[in-house]
Amino acid sequence: MAERKLMKGNEAIAEAAIRGGCRFYAGYPITPQNEIPEYMSWRLPEVGGRFIQAESEISAINMVYGAAGAGARAMTSSSSPGISLKQEGISYICGAELPCVIINMVRSGPGLGGIQPAQSDYFQTVKGGGHGDYRMLVYSPCSVQECVDLLYDAYDKAERYRLPVMILGDGMLGQIMEAVTLPEMKDLSSLPKKAWAADGSGIGKDRRIINSLYIVPDELEAMNRKLQKIYDDMCEREVMCEDYLTEDAEIIITAYGTVARIAKSAVDVLRENGIKAGLVRPITLYPFPKANFARTMENPCVKEVVAVELSMGQYVEDVRLVAEGKKPVKFYGRSGGNVMSPEDIVDFVLKEVK
Amino acid sequence: MSKLTFNKELCKGCGLCVQACPKNVLAVSDKDSNGKGYYVVEAVNEKDCIVCAFCATMCPDCVITVEK
Amino acid sequence: MSTVFEKPSFLTDTPFHYCPGCTHGIAHRLVAEALGEIGADGHCVGVAPVGCAVFAYNYFNCDMIEAAHGRAPAVATGIKLTNPDNIVFSYQGDGDLASIGMAEIVHAATRGVNITVIFINNAIYGMTGGQMAPTTLLGQRATTCPSGRSAEVNGYPIRMCEMLATLDGPSYIARCSLADVKNVRQAKKAVLKAFQNQKEGKGFSFVELLSTCPTNWHLSPVQALKYVKNQMTAQYPLGVFKEV
Repeated sequence: MAERKLMKGNEAIAEAAIRGGCRFYAGYPITPQNEIPEYMSWRLPEVGGRFIQAESEISAINMVYGAAGAGARAMTSSSSPGISLKQEGISYICGAELPCVIINMVRSGPGLGGIQPAQSDYFQTVKGGGHGDYRMLVYSPCSVQECVDLLYDAYDKAERYRLPVMILGDGMLGQIMEAVTLPEMKDLSSLPKKAWAADGSGIGKDRRIINSLYIVPDELEAMNRKLQKIYDDMCEREVMCEDYLTEDAEIIITAYGTVARIAKSAVDVLRENGIKAGLVRPITLYPFPKANFARTMENPCVKEVVAVELSMGQYVEDVRLVAEGKKPVKFYGRSGGNVMSPEDIVDFVLKEVK
Repeated sequence: MSKLTFNKELCKGCGLCVQACPKNVLAVSDKDSNGKGYYVVEAVNEKDCIVCAFCATMCPDCVITVEK
Repeated sequence: MSTVFEKPSFLTDTPFHYCPGCTHGIAHRLVAEALGEIGADGHCVGVAPVGCAVFAYNYFNCDMIEAAHGRAPAVATGIKLTNPDNIVFSYQGDGDLASIGMAEIVHAATRGVNITVIFINNAIYGMTGGQMAPTTLLGQRATTCPSGRSAEVNGYPIRMCEMLATLDGPSYIARCSLADVKNVRQAKKAVLKAFQNQKEGKGFSFVELLSTCPTNWHLSPVQALKYVKNQMTAQYPLGVFKEV
């Protein structure tokens, strides 16, 4: 039964993951995502799942690797410095084609940085923070409800492509309280059996080997080509993007996650002031919504694009790539945990654009 | 009465079985080699075998089957 | 005729890739024999390490998961918690377990997670070409301590069994050697016990096996066994360090 509740982002994420099938969680404390492991620690046992507080982020992601390899719907969560530590494991998970869900409630960096919201993990998330040619399905929800909706189906997506699904949020999204509608618990018994999972039953030719080691160059290249096909297929099917008031827009603001909510308010303020602004909000960061941007870049009304983000300029690089020089792309960013207001964006547009 | 069977292709001629045998039954051949190019172990004195399986116990490559 | 000794069915037909005289093969066989004897067929998952035994997944006749360097106990924990009825083991070398994977092994042990860990200590990094290991003996030469390990520069070798035995979590901790028939038989008993413990739900069991690396020690296989028996065993005394 669906139910309506007031929930903190991190707790809603944990509950939605469980309702979507999560039965194994391993994590290590780090601000600002601690409500996720705290919630999981009492909630997972209620549904027959297992929670474990690992000795490190490295260990946590490897527990997820083991659990996912054994067939569980497994999850870990962390924040930027912790995600950096998990990169080794993420690369192995991708190399071994294991499905799982990873939450990153981004905080500002580099180094120990701060605990306030940031979006400076964009590169490490969509370009592959670990070694090798791998990709993940990356969602950037902008509200607690969107977190819930995306997480609910995240395992189905992860298992379809056999790769990690990452939710890229930030401290704001984790800490904010919003009313959410929670979907009903998924029936795991109706899911197809994972023939590839090392569930212990393999003997002889039926043994399952979960592995990412390919010593013969041709075999490794074939593996990478196979992965690439999977990613291409995913890119065709899984793109999600919201276009807001873009049809007649002369100025396109583009932002993702919580910043997109702020940008949306800025668009409304600009419109109230007679400036035709619109918003392109990627919901998937990988795959990148190229078609939405292509429409924008081909739109004769559009004079300029402004990429807004909580970093010193990471997301803007991909926006410029899809712009292909067709429209000028300006950058507006804040860092260190500082968050811009809608008025800041409006001021930037009024001063810097046109 | 013993029967020693050697899976010759698995043998790497390390000689651990030879030194483990209390009755000097085994030797690494200086003529017989396998597909990997290793000179392989052979029974040179099988009549003295006491079926202790010390050879097989020390063999790292599961070359030897011991029967009686 | 009756069979006195044959290759255990818990090993696949794939020939071991190990160097001539390397005792990894003996250790593999002991693990396979023990798994067969406790009846683990059809409900067993092994975790392979990074190092010489990286291809262990080709040899054990059960489902296998290859772990990143040092992470095998964490991976095994995830597997065991997902399917507690499975017999789950990790097979790790000294670089994997006692250096890069120190945190994972200590915490798996203190958590008392019901898995079996087989620790191969041959005091060297074999796969990468003979570099100094955390367990390399003082004075022992390696490619990264060419004049021999000195305590001043490299610190002291680590005794894992003694260290883990200080924890409350483990149920069984033993060190054996593969230096000769008597010791191999002793080792077999310890490995079997470590798996029986898991079957009986007793919790974390750990067996260290003093092993050889003839290639990187620059010794013949027979000389290497003597090195284990004399030098290695002097630094790493054999015995049961914990039994609950």
